[in-house]
Amino acid sequence: MAGAASWSFSESDFKQIQQHLQAFLRDANARCALLVDRTGQLVATVGEPPQFDPTAFASLTAADFSANDQLAKMIGEHEFASLVHQGEKESMFLADVAKRVILVVLFDQRTTLGLVKLKGKGAVEKLNKVFEEMFNRVGAGPTTPQKGLLEGAEDEIDKLFG
Amino acid sequence: MSMINYASREINCKLVYYGPGLGGKTTNLEHIYGKVSPNTRGKMISLATETERTLFFDFLPVDLGTIRGFKTRFHLYTVPGQVYYNASRKLILKGVDGIVFVADSQIERMEANVESMQNLYDNMSEYGYDLTKIPFAIQYNKRDLPNAAPVRDLQASLNPGWPIEDGAQQKVTPDPTRPGENLVERVDNQWVGRAPYLEAVAIRGDGVFDTLKTVSKMVLKTLS
Repeated sequence: MAGAASWSFSESDFKQIQQHLQAFLRDANARCALLVDRTGQLVATVGEPPQFDPTAFASLTAADFSANDQLAKMIGEHEFASLVHQGEKESMFLADVAKRVILVVLFDQRTTLGLVKLKGKGAVEKLNKVFEEMFNRVGAGPTTPQKGLLEGAEDEIDKLFG
Repeated sequence: MSMINYASREINCKLVYYGPGLGGKTTNLEHIYGKVSPNTRGKMISLATETERTLFFDFLPVDLGTIRGFKTRFHLYTVPGQVYYNASRKLILKGVDGIVFVADSQIERMEANVESMQNLYDNMSEYGYDLTKIPFAIQYNKRDLPNAAPVRDLQASLNPGWPIEDGAQQKVTPDPTRPGENLVERVDNQWVGRAPYLEAVAIRGDGVFDTLKTVSKMVLKTLS
């Protein structure tokens, strides 16, 4: 492989993802769910809009998950498929989706970790299916962007940097 | 790994600033952070030690503007340069779209530069990425210092070139930023490719945006 492959998703994929996440939030009584790509890019946010910078949050989430992945390997585990960070009022639950994306759930005292984990399991299974279908659609790997998508981009970069 | 979201019409790309410790990677990001309008950049996150040495990474998202109806956003990361942080350094390379190698021009740091470059090649190949095939630029930083090595020596050590075997690429390709110099050329009957290089004094901001522009362009070209 020359470099990292790109991936892209359509509006219908996006809608499906949002529907699964909305149903999960309702069932788990959690506040907010974010999907973050393993490289730190925010894919989707559903539920109460977060009060923090979601881009920074996404990059830290990916780093957190990757660091824990390595820790798992060091103690002889294949991976930690999910992580929990518990605070006094606010807590986070993180779970792997299709080895490419991380589901982050923010929840408070209105629910319990047990319920979030339980409902999270079902949501992850559904999301796994969506992402695997998405990746399989054009062969084994992630989709390639439309040809010529960024034609003329160079001029715009020139403009930005003067 | 650039991510294209057709629903929100966004393109996100990841750039990593690599190089030896104290070479100026964080300084590059700090300068960009200070100069770019707050409307077009996000918050800068630094996971650093108490003595301001990068522990895990620095992160800065920058919007390049809308291109073909897509909001184009670059996520800039630095890695910790110190040798013993290799595990975390490698994590940051995951899914990278473009790399800037920030070399320290000081003669005394030549060995550290070479070691870091070798480490970059090794970490990239462990992910199955080929550094000669992805957007990659070298920045020779600290050009203002009296003990800065000549660029020719730095080039010989850090950017000697790689053989070009693909016939389609075997054509003289001028370096757009350096008249009279080529990125691909024939040397002693062998086609050789080199990474574009830039001179910089990151602490003053010299060369910082030229470097970002060079590598961003290369990344967007791979998408076009």
